[in-house]
Amino acid sequence: MKNYVYKSEKGLSEKVINNISSLKGEPLWMREFRLKSYAIFKRKPLPDWGTDLSKVNFDDIYYYIKPTERQVSTWNDLPKEIKETYDKIGIPEAERKFLAGVSAQYESEVVYESIKKELQSQGVIFCDMDTALRKYESIFKQYFSTVVPAHDNKFAALNSAVWSGGSFVYVPKGVKVNLPLQAYFRINAEQFGQFERTLIIAEEDSFVHYVEGCTAPIYSTSSLHAAVVEIIVKKNARVRYTTVQNWSKNVYNLVTKRARVEEEAVMEWVDGNLGSSVTMKYPSCYLVGRKARGEVLSIAFAGQGQHQDAGAKMIHLAPETSSRIISKSISKDGGRTSYRGLVQVAPGAKNCSVYVSCDALIIDEESRSDTYPVMKIKEQDVNIQHEATVEKLGEEKLFYLTSRGIKKSEAEGLLVNGFIDPIAKEIPLEYAIELNRLINLEMSGSVG
Amino acid sequence: MLSLTNLKVKVGEKVIINNVNFNFEKGKVYALMGPNGSGKSTLALTIMGHPQYQIENGKIEMEGVEINNLSADKRAQLGLFLSFQTPIAVSGVNVFQLLRLALSGKKDPLEIKKEIEKYASVLKIPNELINRSLNEGASGGEKKKLEVLQAAVLEPKFLIFDEVDTGVDVDAMKVIAQFIKKHKKDKTYLLITHYNRILRYIKPDKVLIMIDGEIVKVGDYKLAYQIEKKGYEKLCI
Repeated sequence: MKNYVYKSEKGLSEKVINNISSLKGEPLWMREFRLKSYAIFKRKPLPDWGTDLSKVNFDDIYYYIKPTERQVSTWNDLPKEIKETYDKIGIPEAERKFLAGVSAQYESEVVYESIKKELQSQGVIFCDMDTALRKYESIFKQYFSTVVPAHDNKFAALNSAVWSGGSFVYVPKGVKVNLPLQAYFRINAEQFGQFERTLIIAEEDSFVHYVEGCTAPIYSTSSLHAAVVEIIVKKNARVRYTTVQNWSKNVYNLVTKRARVEEEAVMEWVDGNLGSSVTMKYPSCYLVGRKARGEVLSIAFAGQGQHQDAGAKMIHLAPETSSRIISKSISKDGGRTSYRGLVQVAPGAKNCSVYVSCDALIIDEESRSDTYPVMKIKEQDVNIQHEATVEKLGEEKLFYLTSRGIKKSEAEGLLVNGFIDPIAKEIPLEYAIELNRLINLEMSGSVG
Repeated sequence: MLSLTNLKVKVGEKVIINNVNFNFEKGKVYALMGPNGSGKSTLALTIMGHPQYQIENGKIEMEGVEINNLSADKRAQLGLFLSFQTPIAVSGVNVFQLLRLALSGKKDPLEIKKEIEKYASVLKIPNELINRSLNEGASGGEKKKLEVLQAAVLEPKFLIFDEVDTGVDVDAMKVIAQFIKKHKKDKTYLLITHYNRILRYIKPDKVLIMIDGEIVKVGDYKLAYQIEKKGYEKLCI
């Protein structure tokens, strides 16, 4: 698979960034934004908390690869190799079934995209970010980087400097998108960092469900995935963002996801983290309008050599806002899961309610789970509930299931799937099935 | 059908079962009685293959094949079934998911679903219990009925019911007993009880008395009534 049209040199420099911007034919403001972000990236230290990132070698990564010349709009137009890769993931079949639109990312460029006519007639924009910047520059510029500024953290700065691809979704006022919008991601070149950027704007009274699923083949050298997702949920709108990701076991998965939630609006993050070597991901809701509601449902699975550091951030900035965080983690074969959560209630944000529940399941003695809940409450009229449990996979439950004729590894899979069931129910069926299957594979040790 | 030869069982360093010899014949109903702590449940769990119980000596044979070293799932595949004294709750797993996996390749999922519905109605198990996590929020009696339901769908050959009559009201017990009677045919039953409540509804072919880990007496169904009148100590000393 070496049919790249353009591949940047390894490592990062102003020259590389200028090249990316020129190749994409971007407006000057975007080029300047990239260069400014690069300066921030260089200045910012790596986080000294969370996970071990010392092995990430920023000089050993290609920051931009463009696989094909142009966008194609039908399946048949795709190059054969790319089609084969997608066939393995099963995109066209999934699409035939019930996808409203597919925007599939092959390396850093969106190469295949089809939008159902119904969406277009509703005025919904669903395209890749580069197209959005070209065709809808004024909306793009109005919201881009307003929820995740470049200085949010080192990896947000990196993404801001070299971002490429990702989805742009704009839902007009009052429009409810009935079917989930889906994008498939895949890192496919060795040592290639993927820096997609997604921007979703839901106007007043609208609804959209965006789903991203990730699979990646296994490589021997480390790969970096530093994505940014920004979501603006206007008054009384609702956005649900579902992720089921299964990066290969050498990927550093460092994703910044933030949503701005206005009056009486609802933001729901459903986040399933399997795979990767290291994941750091804390989907956030800034509850800025009265009665805004935020929810994070998070599943993390860490096997041998993996560290899943996942959680959520809920920032209550207005009265009567509410948030709910439900986290379930599983660690096995020496894997490590951490729940890291921040709940903040600003002074004056009266009558807020906060619910945090984190459950950890530890399969064996070698594995580990930690909980780091932080609450900064600056207001008295607040209703807060926090629950946390840690359990080991019980021998008695296993015996019960095996005594019915179920193999031990299958019984373990059944118990783990039972443990995450409350969250799996929230995931679209085809992803829930995939999640179920992946967990069974992990439990039976047949994926390395 | 199932035979125990010179069986000696330990938990840690403690001997619980000692020198048990018995041959269970096909198509018969056996009652195993004895005071609390005499080793009845240990015997049941040992036959089923609980990893905590180590066979120190002797052997367990199922239809002539030694099963001492088989895991519980393999024993179940050979046709053994244990209805637990206190069935454990399994979060997120309902009875259909369990049985579908247990019978994969043997029974069609649709068939399993139909059978579950049929037996649930016979056993008067409320619908929500069938769809809910197994044994979660179920009463003592409902849990026992769910065990019987699993037995009915799995169709094992040798069934052990450990105190299926405790924590169960009279009506539920009648239903369970009738159900067991109906499904007798080619199966072998071992009913563990220390009251003999269930024995009023099912007449055992043989009654075994266990005290301190040994089978001290074997008789016909009348033995159960003698125990009720006189108690274990007078009868066995």
